[in-house]
Amino acid sequence: MSQIAGHLEPYLVLSGMLFAIGSFGFLARRNAISMLMSIELMLNAVNLAALAFGAFIPSLAGQGAAFALLIIAVAAAEATVGLAIVIAIFRNRKTPLVDEYDTMRQ
Amino acid sequence: MPLPDVIPFIGLGWSDVLFLLLSGVVLAAAFAVVFGRDIIKSGLFLILTLGALAGIYVMLGAAIVAGAQVLVYIGAISVLILFAIMLTQSKLAPVKLAFQTQVAPAALAAVLLALLFGLAFGSTNWGSTVFTDTPAATGTAPVAAALFGPYLLAFEIASVLILAAVIGGLYLAMEPKADEAGEEGQ
Repeated sequence: MSQIAGHLEPYLVLSGMLFAIGSFGFLARRNAISMLMSIELMLNAVNLAALAFGAFIPSLAGQGAAFALLIIAVAAAEATVGLAIVIAIFRNRKTPLVDEYDTMRQ
Repeated sequence: MPLPDVIPFIGLGWSDVLFLLLSGVVLAAAFAVVFGRDIIKSGLFLILTLGALAGIYVMLGAAIVAGAQVLVYIGAISVLILFAIMLTQSKLAPVKLAFQTQVAPAALAAVLLALLFGLAFGSTNWGSTVFTDTPAATGTAPVAAALFGPYLLAFEIASVLILAAVIGGLYLAMEPKADEAGEEGQ
């Protein structure tokens, strides 16, 4: 018998906590690459929720995994472009810290 | 002698213990990613988070997604992130000032978000199945039926998006030409 792993809610709670941790990192970190890593955490939290719905709700069988695979593909594209932008800015400004990208404020 | 179904003294099944272990690793490593002072260690803890999440995906019966997670996230994206960290590491990124000045509102927003999620999950009747053990593995047939049936357009758009992202990433990361370097270097 299983009291935790056979229910939907524990997976959703884990997904929600992971999303909250990722959103905190995105809002609070100074380094642009740390912010990108936090975005990856949030995308994975959404993946976990989609897979949990797909596994536990019979009418959604298969759709959760299809969503998760599409999210993984989009996350790969996002990481490619995001890191290329960070490296291109770093080449000009010599810093990865986002609060020093203030040229447009002056 | 076969193992008992329920672990004595705790009253939890083996899959419960596995779920608690994996989710503990996920949350602890995610905290280390977000709160770590050393960004290289943050990148390595990100790999640990993604690996433990792949284990939870297997528990949910989605082995194909767990395989894609290991191949794409751990094999490609994490390596890309580690390369970017090593390319952008400099003395100008101080160790002590890892957080911005808005860290307190960010913490408040994250806690409120977690509470909101908890309220929503607790008060909604999802109508979900309750399994006696972890959900049974479904194989790849329903995934393929969904991906190549109703979501075929999204699948094709994702492939075009990846091609565009690769070309765009190459263009953005290209070294500027010598005659343009003076203008861009300011």
